Amino acid sequence: MEPFKSLRAVALPIAQPNLDTDQILPARFLHKPRAENFGEYLFRDLRFRRDGSDNPDFILNKPGYRAARIVLAEENFGCGSSREHAVWALYDYGIRAVIAPSMGDIFVSNAAKNGLLTIVLPAPAVAGMIQAALAEPGLQITVDLEAQSVTMPVPGAASAATLGSVTQFNFEIDAYRQRCLLSGLDELGYTLTLLDSIETFERGYR
Amino acid sequence: MSPETSHQAHTLFEKIWRRHAIQVREDGQTLLYVDSHFLQDGSAPAFELLRQRGLEPRVPHRSFATPDHYVPTDTRDLASIADPEKRAMAEALRRDSAAAGIRFFGLDDPRQGIVHVVAPEQGLSQPGMLIVCGDSHTSTHGALGALAFGIGTTEVAHVLATQTLWQRKPRTLRVLLEGKLHEGVSAKDIILAIIAKIGAAGATGHVIEYAGPALATLSMEARLTICNMTIEAGGRAGMMAPDATTFAYLKGRPFAPQGEEWNRAVERWRGLSSDPDATFDKEVSLNVSEIAPMVTWGNSPEDAVAVTARVPDPATAPSAERRDAMLRALRYMGLEPGMALTDLKIDRAFIGSCTNGRLEDLESAVAVVRGRKVATGVEAWVVPGSGPVKREAEARGLDRVFKEAGFQWREAGCSLCLGTNGDLVAPGQRCASSTNRNFVGRQGPGSRTHLMSPAMVAAAAVSGRLADVRRLLEGR
Repeated sequence: MEPFKSLRAVALPIAQPNLDTDQILPARFLHKPRAENFGEYLFRDLRFRRDGSDNPDFILNKPGYRAARIVLAEENFGCGSSREHAVWALYDYGIRAVIAPSMGDIFVSNAAKNGLLTIVLPAPAVAGMIQAALAEPGLQITVDLEAQSVTMPVPGAASAATLGSVTQFNFEIDAYRQRCLLSGLDELGYTLTLLDSIETFERGYR
Repeated sequence: MSPETSHQAHTLFEKIWRRHAIQVREDGQTLLYVDSHFLQDGSAPAFELLRQRGLEPRVPHRSFATPDHYVPTDTRDLASIADPEKRAMAEALRRDSAAAGIRFFGLDDPRQGIVHVVAPEQGLSQPGMLIVCGDSHTSTHGALGALAFGIGTTEVAHVLATQTLWQRKPRTLRVLLEGKLHEGVSAKDIILAIIAKIGAAGATGHVIEYAGPALATLSMEARLTICNMTIEAGGRAGMMAPDATTFAYLKGRPFAPQGEEWNRAVERWRGLSSDPDATFDKEVSLNVSEIAPMVTWGNSPEDAVAVTARVPDPATAPSAERRDAMLRALRYMGLEPGMALTDLKIDRAFIGSCTNGRLEDLESAVAVVRGRKVATGVEAWVVPGSGPVKREAEARGLDRVFKEAGFQWREAGCSLCLGTNGDLVAPGQRCASSTNRNFVGRQGPGSRTHLMSPAMVAAAAVSGRLADVRRLLEGR
């Protein structure tokens, strides 16, 4: 896992709710070993036609979006299956942050374990960002983890603080997850330092 | 069990959570002790993570494994899996379980099946337990009064290595079920109606406790179906307080407590209900007497309507986003607004899965199928949820009714629910399915899934189109 500090990158607007993990990573690739580049399977059946050619209607195949590293999504992104492979596919493609009004609980948990930042913002804020990114392919937005802010070079969006020509939203993230992301720490390593407490608990259990 | 020192009222969820809490981290997440960890044949990457760090499963007797996602359903021979990578998944579970000393029901074991069918059936899922599994439908086991939820690969490795898991405490949502179910309406219709009511993200961040007078009348198998699809409403877990039905179901099962230990366990389990004055973050109620047999028309389980309804018109959508989503779903599903759902011809019919692959589900389908034939042009399958379900169904002659009608009677596994084993619905084919997800491509690229109860699948199979099972049950 690489440390995450701040990121200025192309935003990929996915304007559909309930985009489930089956669509992010179809089940027929679940048996592939982690060493594979799951980025090739990301949004597989949305990105490619059945004959293997690019589907020109899918946003990622439209000019300006291929270099995206930030996903802007609608309600309930990553719902459904617990497959961590959905997070691996996003990460391997190069996506480092997902911004949506709500996301599947297990998806959020999996993302946190793989250095993929999930940011929940109010629906109107995300809708405005999606509109902006659709109107201007290749639009870059900035996610600053230390400042806990998302900045977009677009005027308007009355609900947010408008700083000259940029619109900025602040997001919440707990201190532990922020530190894990900033330094690339892993949770299992931390829990293994607590084995004494776990053993004490077990002795008093039942 | 530590004595409850506080007089504060607690929900069922809070009682189980508190008993398993080891410590709280600075960010508010709690380290929870895991009583039972279920493993299926998607677990190879988790064992690989452990090996990379030189770790071994810490408490192997608290894990249990059975292959279900990759197993063939036309034979019990793993060697018949043509794709070596898929065969390796099922074989890896056997090898990893053996190396760690984890109890394993393989394909040659009569108890093998879908993990969420097998564990309750064997008495491995019990009231008060904290249960996890690397599969979102782990919510199923909450029907027995457990706190059970799905986790990802990294968390599976974490549980194997430490027998614990970090979790942020979810909020609580109580769903009160009132009224009485009508003939031809089942637990599947209840949960589809709940999801349609609160939405596919309606319970995100919450644990649902189901309660109310209608719940008391439901069988254990019906309850398992409701908790199973709680994840389809976004719920972290679904739970139900254990009662006489729960105890009668568990008594005598192989891994349930026996003898004097059983009596002590039941005594303990009786305390596992929400205190009368406990409060929930959200409450929803549903009168089940108002529910008709349900089917889904779109690509989210929230797109569920009564079978008597028509395909909705996107023009009536409450928002532009919803209209676009509906248009996309109608295009994918090959539907036009205003079509009667009962006019939709089907190509495939599937009865099975962790949602509806239990004995009672097969019996409800047989009540419709008996004396009828699968319609011409429909390929109909029954995939029992476990070996014991299959054998008991055969002992009762259910298999003969299905086979005489033209159904294929297959071996236990996840099969067509998600197609990881190669059982697939072809592009463009329409499938009446007793499963849990109607997502785009869920049953295979281009597949069109309509979710419904197993009795409704049976009705569709013999009618050749979606059908109101109540009409087919008249006079029976």
